[in-house]
Amino acid sequence: MIAIERMVAQSGAFRLHADLTIPKGAFCALIGPSGGGKSTLLLAIAGFVPVIGGRVSVAGRDLAGLAPAARPVSLLFQDNNLFPHLSVAQNVGLGLRPDLRLSAAQAAQVAAALAETGLDGLGARLPDQLSGGQRQRAALARALLRDRPALLLDEPFAALGPGLRAEMLALARAMAAPRGITVLMVTHHPADAQAADLAAFCASEGDAGRIGGARPPAALFADPPPGLAAYLGPVACPPTA
Amino acid sequence: MNGATARSRWPRAGVALPGAAALLLVAALTLGAAAAVALRAEAPGALSAADWRAGWFTVRQAALSALLSVALAVPLARALSRRRFIGRDALARLMGAPFLLPAIVAILGVSAVWGRSGWVSDALAALGLPRLDIYGMPGVLLAHVFFNLPLAARLLLQAYADIPPERWRLAAQLGAEGRALFALVEWPALRAAIPGALAVIFAVCATSFAVALALGGGPRATTLELAIYEAAVYDFDLARAALLAALQFGLCAGAALAALSLAAPLASAPGAARLTERWDGAGPAARAGDALAIMLACLFLGLPLMAVLLKGAPGALSLPGEVWAAAGRSLAVALASAALTLALALPLAALAAALPRRAAAWAEAAGLLPIAASPFVLGIALFIALRPIADPAALALPLTALVNAVMAAPFALRILLPPLRRAHADHGRLADSLGLKGLGRVKILYLPRLRAPLGFAAGLAAALSAGDLGVIALFSRPEAPTLPLLMHLLATSRQLDAAMGAALALIGLSFGLFWLFDRWGRG
Repeated sequence: MIAIERMVAQSGAFRLHADLTIPKGAFCALIGPSGGGKSTLLLAIAGFVPVIGGRVSVAGRDLAGLAPAARPVSLLFQDNNLFPHLSVAQNVGLGLRPDLRLSAAQAAQVAAALAETGLDGLGARLPDQLSGGQRQRAALARALLRDRPALLLDEPFAALGPGLRAEMLALARAMAAPRGITVLMVTHHPADAQAADLAAFCASEGDAGRIGGARPPAALFADPPPGLAAYLGPVACPPTA
Repeated sequence: MNGATARSRWPRAGVALPGAAALLLVAALTLGAAAAVALRAEAPGALSAADWRAGWFTVRQAALSALLSVALAVPLARALSRRRFIGRDALARLMGAPFLLPAIVAILGVSAVWGRSGWVSDALAALGLPRLDIYGMPGVLLAHVFFNLPLAARLLLQAYADIPPERWRLAAQLGAEGRALFALVEWPALRAAIPGALAVIFAVCATSFAVALALGGGPRATTLELAIYEAAVYDFDLARAALLAALQFGLCAGAALAALSLAAPLASAPGAARLTERWDGAGPAARAGDALAIMLACLFLGLPLMAVLLKGAPGALSLPGEVWAAAGRSLAVALASAALTLALALPLAALAAALPRRAAAWAEAAGLLPIAASPFVLGIALFIALRPIADPAALALPLTALVNAVMAAPFALRILLPPLRRAHADHGRLADSLGLKGLGRVKILYLPRLRAPLGFAAGLAAALSAGDLGVIALFSRPEAPTLPLLMHLLATSRQLDAAMGAALALIGLSFGLFWLFDRWGRG
């Protein structure tokens, strides 16, 4: 479970207020305009943006004062999820040991994670030799190996075409659900939010952002808050499932 | 400057003609210089053992200076990239200072700290230890590291700043610290930047004249530039000077080619030190290591500057008339050189920005040609060319301004070209569609983007020319010196207090000119 209680995070002049709870194993989408603080929320949970008020906990563990590496979360960025000078297998192996001194058992774990994400046989390649989708698969494989109870997706699939994006989202869900991993995903696409278990709206108010409670997407889009209606525009909300 | 905006089209005459004229002038001066020294030179067999020693010393001191500067810059750049502290901005500015500091002033400062009667020697003597003797290789290396450590640190800091923030976050998330973090994130970036930094510093040190003149000298510590000077001025052996100049041209061209192909141009003005957001180094050992690196750099860079200020202040209040006259000559040379630099670089940049890609690369390469020559090579060539028709000494000041301008033009070109290209790429088509031409186009499309780089380039050219002690030593008569030459004459005739006073005036002139132009650029 990810519990964010009256959290205030400060990033430069920007201040984000957030209050939402995502149950264990749920897949929650965060939708809203640019500059509203969606990424800031993920960075604050991961320990990269200071939280100056309220409380954030993951799997019952208060995150206050924890270093990024000690937090029970894995974060996938939009770009630069892999080190360009390391092979795909080494990049994935970093999830087990940052110094890459892997035991035989750990190397086998890496191979299994690569297979599970459809990268069988590509472990020796450099990131430059992979497609965009394959690179993000490798990042997912590493997140899988790190085995943290929460996965934060900061638009890692935004640069992919619609078909590949849907495929990657399905892969992330298929990996997270059986392990009980809670997923919080930033998106600009109403259809992605529509397909999630829960969705939350991120409203931009000048130098501040506000993120309210997460609701089932059908309920959110059927009765959108004023900011969301304006964000989606006259084409309105997608038809509910 | 109303050139074509689509890079596939050829530029209009208004851009093409001035650009081509500047290009021809720069190329003719550089290649003409190479040809002049090659024609006038003796056969290579005429090089004496001492000349070969000078060549070998030039390479060795430049290589060692580059290695030392970069090796010391790694811990400094690492510390600066991850620490915020009071005075960080002041240190960043201090790191920009040696670039503008006239070489002869820096040499006085370095001698005042490290020389036989300097502060360090005084401290050693007080402890009963022998005094330092820096003349020869140690002095040359000390002065070169003083100049180039900040440059190396800035190049490496730029490499740090270019690391995507996600990479630091990813490493922090994965728990990579210390050596693991260095291997994972820092070393790949540094490894890419270090060859360029080494090549740039090697190229700078290979043309070192003032440092070798003041701190080297003697048969075992003579650079090629110094050997050219001695052959031309003391032995009046122009054929040997030309041969040495040809050798120097080959060395410089090789080093410049390596530097240009390996090093990224500095993205920011001297002194700018961007801060990287990173999450490592919270432990006491890392903090102590960083503090030590920063403190030692402050002392190494700050003490020579402080020595000049402290020792020059008393004399600065009662500067003799000859200092003011020399300052007037230096000011005239600096202003003429800055104007000429822009007159060469701006049309060249406009042409390169407007040409199709491949032709633009050729134009830019031709504009960068002077880097392959050294001021002395150009100077000797002009000396050889002008002597049959005029007295070079009578033309000392205009020739110095011209050589300095040609040498500064490549730097100005590299400063002006990127913003011009961005202006073309971002708003060139919009300006075309609005029918913006002539002065209107310059005012609306170019000037807003070029004002700051123009000010910066002019400031740089003026400051470097004001502090130049190179070509002027070749041409000038002692009775009409520029300020750096006067300083050198005062220092070598043991009038150290007067030299320190003149040094302060020279610092004021160089930094004042840079500040004025740069401030104009920033609006």
